Amino acid sequence: MSSRVGVVQFPGTNCEFDVVEAVTALGGQGELVWHGDSVLPQVDAIVVPGGFAHGDYLRPGAIAQFSPIMNAVKEFANSGGPVVGICNGFQILTETGLLPGALQKNSGLKFLCQPAQLRVETTESVLTRSAEVGQILSVPINHFEGNFTCSEETLAELRDQDRIVVTYVDNPNGSMGDIAGVCNEGRNVVGLMPHPERASNALLGSTDGNIMFSSLLEAAISASV
Amino acid sequence: MTFSVLVEVQLRPGISDPQGQTIERALPTLGFDGVSGVRVGKSMRFSVDADNEAAARAQVDEICQKFLTNPVIEDAIITLDQQ
Repeated sequence: MSSRVGVVQFPGTNCEFDVVEAVTALGGQGELVWHGDSVLPQVDAIVVPGGFAHGDYLRPGAIAQFSPIMNAVKEFANSGGPVVGICNGFQILTETGLLPGALQKNSGLKFLCQPAQLRVETTESVLTRSAEVGQILSVPINHFEGNFTCSEETLAELRDQDRIVVTYVDNPNGSMGDIAGVCNEGRNVVGLMPHPERASNALLGSTDGNIMFSSLLEAAISASV
Repeated sequence: MTFSVLVEVQLRPGISDPQGQTIERALPTLGFDGVSGVRVGKSMRFSVDADNEAAARAQVDEICQKFLTNPVIEDAIITLDQQ
């Protein structure tokens, strides 16, 4: 049985086809979901992909959080469905309150587009269950607002609850705790700034992102039974 | 009654401000000494119709909480003037 992965498309999203391609190449069934719909199709997992939803006007994710589909995404997440936010998708999930913290401007005020070395910090998440703790993955970043920020209390909570999913080996953007990705308390919602779909084929220079999508597809199958 | 509203969104105290820091570092090189505490924010102006100032303020407060700021890192200073 192949997992159906809904990939949410807002006006201004630009990584949706890459995610569909990556998921499909691994035997999943990726399909686009329009932001203006208020009901999700029958899917086993959701990806909120990267780009500039609604032009990133006001703040990244500030307007996207109110798109009709986001209520359905919240319900899906709250009932345990696997949800992953990549880059702009991560920003949107923090704005909706599904994930803690906020992503602010990179500390060096540079738009960063480069490969990044990530360290897997936990395998207890829908994005890393097939990986190993300590494993180093090469996955590109491509963002201006990727500097993960939260209160000291939230950071302590994330550490205590083992909710930091991936960290940067060499922190490129000033993120607190070198954080590249975190998960919610239920561990079924994950957000990360790096783009696993851009590390999904040898032609792209790395296939390390496939470990993340394989994890998601596995999680999707177990969530749907 | 109609009120002119000025909302100034700023990063909360303690949240690092890379833009402010860059401006602050640039100032001495331009010959401006003694400037410190630079913080960069954004301002928004609009009008609100409400029965009284308290009602207008309550509505603007809610707009800021829900939409204009990200309370994790930002807060807002609200100024109201009756038109």
